[in-house]
Amino acid sequence: MKKGHFGEYGGQYVPETLMPALIELEKAYNTAKRDKNFQAGFRSLCEHYIGRPTPLYFAKRLTEHLGGAKIYLKREDLAHTGSHKINNSLGQALLAKQMGKTRLIAETGAGQHGVATATGAALLGLSCVIYMGSVDMKRQALNVFRMRLLGAEVREVKIGSRTLKDAINEALRDWTTNVGNTHYVLGTVFGPHPFPEIVRDFQSIIGREARKQIMKAEGRLPDYLIACVGGGSNSMGLFHDFLKEENIKMTGVEAGGKGIESGRHASRFAGGSIGVFQGTKSYLLQSDVGNVLETYSVSAGLDYASVGPEHAFMRDLGRIEYTYAIDDEALAAFETLSRLEGIIPALESSHAVAHCIKLAPTLPKDSIIVVNLSGRGDKDVQEVARIKGIEL
Amino acid sequence: MSRIAARFKELQKRGGKAFIPYIMAGDPSLEKTREHLQILEECGADIVELGVPFSDPLADGPTIQAAADRAIKAGVNLPSVLAFVKEIRSEIHIPIILMTYYNPIFKHGDEAFFREAKEAGVDGVIIPDMTVEESGEFLPFARKHGIDTIFLAAPTSGTGRLKKVAKVSTGFIYYVSITGITGAQLVLTETTKNSIDTLKKSSGGKPVALGFGVSTPEEAAQAAALADGVIVGSAIVKQYTQGNMQDFREYIKALREAIK
Repeated sequence: MKKGHFGEYGGQYVPETLMPALIELEKAYNTAKRDKNFQAGFRSLCEHYIGRPTPLYFAKRLTEHLGGAKIYLKREDLAHTGSHKINNSLGQALLAKQMGKTRLIAETGAGQHGVATATGAALLGLSCVIYMGSVDMKRQALNVFRMRLLGAEVREVKIGSRTLKDAINEALRDWTTNVGNTHYVLGTVFGPHPFPEIVRDFQSIIGREARKQIMKAEGRLPDYLIACVGGGSNSMGLFHDFLKEENIKMTGVEAGGKGIESGRHASRFAGGSIGVFQGTKSYLLQSDVGNVLETYSVSAGLDYASVGPEHAFMRDLGRIEYTYAIDDEALAAFETLSRLEGIIPALESSHAVAHCIKLAPTLPKDSIIVVNLSGRGDKDVQEVARIKGIEL
Repeated sequence: MSRIAARFKELQKRGGKAFIPYIMAGDPSLEKTREHLQILEECGADIVELGVPFSDPLADGPTIQAAADRAIKAGVNLPSVLAFVKEIRSEIHIPIILMTYYNPIFKHGDEAFFREAKEAGVDGVIIPDMTVEESGEFLPFARKHGIDTIFLAAPTSGTGRLKKVAKVSTGFIYYVSITGITGAQLVLTETTKNSIDTLKKSSGGKPVALGFGVSTPEEAAQAAALADGVIVGSAIVKQYTQGNMQDFREYIKALREAIK
């Protein structure tokens, strides 16, 4: 396979100004991968700061309620800052520090990656600017305040659809301007090489832990893995260590929004075609003349027009299946998990739970599903109340 | 020899420098673009760079982003720009370069794009998010149809990359004067001069034009002293957006005067 590509996907489609920075990053990352001190430092932070390993929890009441497969939840919601995003942000912040960069920038949709990056910057004494679309700032107001508390500057992006994709455009423009002292902490398995690989590697700890934990709990590997897919970092993080296990079925759940036929969704595989966007070639929601379409989802973190190139490759290979859950299904799952297990999931993760709710009853009782509960839902309670017409 | 290369050769012979204005196609309408092109040609532009609107122009600053938004709202896109160039080719005689992000080309199909561009009378392409690394697949189509491929070189490019960029560029090489996006403040340094020297030496003397951040006639004159040509984009878009075509004409004339 050509370097930096996943089959025909991936690559480096960026302004020349950024190419030297990407090459520098690739070199620094390859060095860090082999550097025992770097790896030991990262592992130590994972254990003592993030709180890893996160539990693999048997959801007994949800399992009984659905009456089918045994359901385990990988509790990334219990990681420091409330989602899996911290695994990657902290890894990249360490890398940036090693490279001598003094400033971190990041995009954020739901705010989780912004909070995680602001946290990494605070911990390592780096300055931090987070780009966030004004639509997302409104629906994730709590996270905006969290980022500011952590010392980050949150810059409102008022152009385009004012969501995640526009925040990435602005972050790329900032990086192009300040590439000398700045590292761009891309938050998902997307963008130009080497980002999809770096983010996947830092997130693959999720799957490695889950493997050990399920072996301990059940003495065997699971039959199904389920995770939601925005850019695709929590799903790739869970799936990657299991890709060679041919008997395990893996499903990525995209945001179905108001339904595919409504045109208001973010299901790249169900409704998109191959395109080149923000540095990489992958599936893309685009018009017939190649303009990027506006997307919609109740969940800001899944509301994105494209998807990681490795996911596109895995989809073509048939190794990972992709489906979607619509807003209403995700909102129902949000409440079901809250009531049955006392766990309020992020709206993003609720899409994975929604698919699990459909799948589990169709399976025999001795089969095992692992769902990645990628984040906690505290940030979403205000938005859910608003949708339900409840004044807080 | 391509029309772009011929124009540079002719300028070199008489010791002149190329003035390459940029305008956005369809901003605010294709009829207006036609008028802008006529003014540019009448006022002595050597080559024109015609922007193709794209929804997510990540190398561009706010001025060109807003221009792209207006053009998209006017229903303009890559196929309609190709048809437009074909239509105006009998009245506009200077070389036309399309500046477009890669996705519209990819969606159109690499081969079909270069074939239709040639038929329309397009002379070259600038694709700001196309790196040398990813260009392997479409370059053969550009060569087959005789469309110049102008790649961008940047202040951050080391000697090795400058050479790579110089090698795959035809017509001329586009040197990005600043580490940043279009429309930012111009800064000319020792790096600018050295990079242009490297580009020229390693390419057997291919012309180098300098762009990004050139806004006033004074800056254009400074840039012209260092390079074979000067590209002015955001500042021109700002001028015609203000609406007074007489002022626009005067501004273009002043730039033309300054670039020599």
